[in-house]
Amino acid sequence: MVAFPSLLAGFLWGCAGGSAPEVKEIVVGQYGSLTGAEATFGISTRNGIELATEAINAAGGIGGMKIRMVVEDDQGKPEEVSTVVNKLISRDRPVALLGEVASTLSLTAAPLAQNAGIPMISPSSTNPKVTLQGDYIFRVCFIDPFQGTAAAKFAYNTKGVRKVALLKDVKSDYSQGLGQFFTETFTALGGQVVGEESYSKDDLDYKAQLTKIIATGPDAIFIPGYYTNVGLIAQQARQLGFQGIFLGGDGWDSSKLAEIGGAAIAGAYFTNHYSTDDPNPTVQDFIKKYQAKFHEIPDGLAALGYDAAQVLYMAMAEVAKDPAMAAALGDRSSVPATEPARKKAREALRAVLAKTSGYAGVTGSITIDENRNARKPAVVVEVLPEAGKYKFVESVAP
Amino acid sequence: MIVFLQQLVNGLSLGAIYALIALGYTMVYGTLQLINFAHGEVYMIGAFAALYLAKWTGVEDNPTIPGVLLVGLGAMITCAALGMAIKRLAYRPMRRSSRLNILITAIGISLLLQNIGLLLFGAIDNFPDLVPQAQWEPVAGLMLRSNDAIILGTTLVLMLVLHHIVERTQLGRAMRAVSHSRDTAAMMGIPVDRVISLTFAIGSALAAAAAVLVAMDKHVITPQMGATGGLKAFIAAVLGGIGNIQGAVLGGFLLGVCETLVSGYLASTYRDAIAFAILIAVLLVRPAGLLGRHTVEKV
Repeated sequence: MVAFPSLLAGFLWGCAGGSAPEVKEIVVGQYGSLTGAEATFGISTRNGIELATEAINAAGGIGGMKIRMVVEDDQGKPEEVSTVVNKLISRDRPVALLGEVASTLSLTAAPLAQNAGIPMISPSSTNPKVTLQGDYIFRVCFIDPFQGTAAAKFAYNTKGVRKVALLKDVKSDYSQGLGQFFTETFTALGGQVVGEESYSKDDLDYKAQLTKIIATGPDAIFIPGYYTNVGLIAQQARQLGFQGIFLGGDGWDSSKLAEIGGAAIAGAYFTNHYSTDDPNPTVQDFIKKYQAKFHEIPDGLAALGYDAAQVLYMAMAEVAKDPAMAAALGDRSSVPATEPARKKAREALRAVLAKTSGYAGVTGSITIDENRNARKPAVVVEVLPEAGKYKFVESVAP
Repeated sequence: MIVFLQQLVNGLSLGAIYALIALGYTMVYGTLQLINFAHGEVYMIGAFAALYLAKWTGVEDNPTIPGVLLVGLGAMITCAALGMAIKRLAYRPMRRSSRLNILITAIGISLLLQNIGLLLFGAIDNFPDLVPQAQWEPVAGLMLRSNDAIILGTTLVLMLVLHHIVERTQLGRAMRAVSHSRDTAAMMGIPVDRVISLTFAIGSALAAAAAVLVAMDKHVITPQMGATGGLKAFIAAVLGGIGNIQGAVLGGFLLGVCETLVSGYLASTYRDAIAFAILIAVLLVRPAGLLGRHTVEKV
């Protein structure tokens, strides 16, 4: 009973913005598909980021301040992304945003971050349009023109594929873009695209499109899509008697792929950001730490999430060398008078991010180019029957 | 020609599922003039009910024909109970409200169930291989899958059973009477409330059967699967004439075949656009749907 009035007084005092010493934190917003058809993307990314955040906080944080990550679930839906990103920006006032995996979702969120003047790093959206939304939008992965070229060269040169059919997600910028870049290189090499069909993300039945495709007799089907659809497509294609090769991109990378696709998807090839077979100590160290914490092999999305957070924290540490800037990074008040200082700190963060060069990440050396993309090599992996296991096939330099 | 036959088989097997779900929409609409938007979620819960039944009974590891039938029946009974519970808890307290209020309640229940599903079942699950899959190739290029045979066969049997119930039993007669005029039926001593409950039960059981068939064939089940499946089935019910049982079956098969042929012969990119354009065209010519009767609202 005695404690109550003093508690209340303390509460009121706190509300009035008194000068009580408080532990300052730097808030970073993160949005991703923690549920929905691409749930493993969001979860892996979150885990990777969490690992990086824990490490930096354990090492004392940035400028004496801990990082606080605020995570929002966008369910993998474009209509949810604007809601959660606006919520993050207005409620949590983060100094930076991390997200999304799916390009369509990053494309929806990018203008919001750009208008608010908040640097945003997409760990793994590969569509070229994403970073063209503005100078505050970055990514730490390669882009689809490179990935599509790598896949087409692998198909034509290494596997000897001459006739290919495409099956694309009609509403995904990622799928449309990757399909287009693959087609450009493959036809330029002398290959032939015999069929091009589409599906919707929510479809469970692809037999109509597959029947049409198989009738044209392709050596391989290129599926620039996400793992749930890809697993189902592979199964149904085999049931309809297709015996050729399945090829795809980094959207396949999930332990669910082999679970859904079963025997049908084993032996398929896709381009990815890193290979767990890489003997590089940075990679092996990351895999060991990740496995100890989450009890699974990190997929490419987890590695990119880790790298995105690392690049962000390094840039923050650089900005926080100036005490005034550090104070502004930790300032979460909504007082208009201090907004110019916060804005200046975010602008400084943006400038440092743009100069990122040669950072040795898990997914390779990260250098941010003039379009705020990362130039990095890609790997081609083969899907093994065990969930989440891939065999390294070849590496493709940018 | 072979490719056309293959597409026809694909379309019929897709349409069978639409038809089974559409029956639930149409039967509830027939008796209650309510579009039960929660029906898609009942279908979703049917799939998860079957999954957990298969896990608990051990049928997952050791699938036998009686075991699989038991899992299917169990899912149907679960959903029948769920359908009746939804009617009792959500719609019955609203029966004196305007139809708009009940419609909004239905949408609310649909969202509620979808999110409960997300909470309880997680984002995505994998349905076990309960029935071994086989393919036959009677002619080169024509692949007949055992799953298509199971889907079409089960649908046919369930439709015959439903036809028997509606046309030959006392319950069916009562359902038809309620659908004709609820007030008159009540005056004739028909327990209207119980008949409506049983209509919900039958419709929900059929949705569960559809869910088990889809889950067995496709293996991927998600709490969101009811949203898309339900929407397509609802369209099938409207296409055939909502409130009309034969219409729902016809609408389901037509929509399935139509979608498949559009994908197979026109452009898969515009599949939904073309399929829905056809729907609009049909409704322009026959506003009450293909087999629906146009009734004049008496004031």
